[in-house]
Amino acid sequence: MNGGLLFLLQRATALLLAPLVVVHLGLILYATQGGLSAAEILARTRGSLLWGGFYGLFVLAVAVHGAIGLRAILGEWTRLRGRTLEAVTLAVAFLLLALGFRAVRAVVGVP
Amino acid sequence: MADAAVGDGRMLDVRIWRGREQGELVPYRVPARANQTVLDVVSWVQRHLAPDLAYRFACRVGVCGSCAMTVNGRPRWTCRTHVGRLAGEGPLVIEPLRNLPRIRDLVCDLDPFLERWQRAGGRFVATSTRRDPLPRITPDSRSRRAVDAGIECINCAVCHAACDVVAWRPEYLGPAPLNRAWTLVNDIRHGAREETLDRVGGDAGCHACHSQTSCSEFCPVGIAPTAAIAGLKRSLLRRLLGRGAP
Repeated sequence: MNGGLLFLLQRATALLLAPLVVVHLGLILYATQGGLSAAEILARTRGSLLWGGFYGLFVLAVAVHGAIGLRAILGEWTRLRGRTLEAVTLAVAFLLLALGFRAVRAVVGVP
Repeated sequence: MADAAVGDGRMLDVRIWRGREQGELVPYRVPARANQTVLDVVSWVQRHLAPDLAYRFACRVGVCGSCAMTVNGRPRWTCRTHVGRLAGEGPLVIEPLRNLPRIRDLVCDLDPFLERWQRAGGRFVATSTRRDPLPRITPDSRSRRAVDAGIECINCAVCHAACDVVAWRPEYLGPAPLNRAWTLVNDIRHGAREETLDRVGGDAGCHACHSQTSCSEFCPVGIAPTAAIAGLKRSLLRRLLGRGAP
């Protein structure tokens, strides 16, 4: 993969993730400290385009950012190189996407 | 002996690596002197105690870059490292540079280091002949200042030894070759700017750098290869986005 493109994607997703993580952590504090029950939280998130979009973007950014970061670590700490390394990177990205969107659907989707 | 006259009778405890990849730290006792460099210590051991001790030096004044060694765990130019300024009371431990194959005692094989300079596109490609007029380069132009910041490298391999990414990624070009590439990318006379940029990206190039800045921390002549590597990342990004040189 093009090193420059990976560099760009890694930085761009980092820029995205910085505010997203802050909001996400703030949200956790608000929801738990405020004493909201699971049912009350789901009532607010289900069918919400805002939270669907927020966490959808979150998952996309995490999948790209995490996979590229893990790729760098694997390149330094293992002998994985070339196509094997790319395959593992893509597998990690798709795994994060699948797990992430499953969670988003559970929170935002209307049963 | 003349140098015996300036000593005060104190002795230094010195341990020097003897052997190749396998070897041991051998203890020596060396007379302490005023204004004594680590290279002076090694030379004294070689002349008085261990004639078969292998080490490299040439200019003794910090110009040639031959005498770099690991001193108390840190890469240093030994000819300009004064024993008296080294922190700690323990023995002086002198080993060959890290991240390079060991030939014997304190001598490393520098081929893997110098080969990287070629791989990084570090060879100047002329675009004019001696019959052409000299190009006019403003000394305070941005590109010329970038070249000035990195051009005084003495090829001592201290940055190569200091870099953890070099230790982790055998294919990584390393700080000095990337610094060289950055000076060429900024040299308007260089005829292979794009080729040099092609060579310095990716996992073996500037994108592998974590900006840990060990190279800049240990560079004996005060160059900051980290800044050069950041410059290469910027240039490659600009190229990717379809923008030219800044």
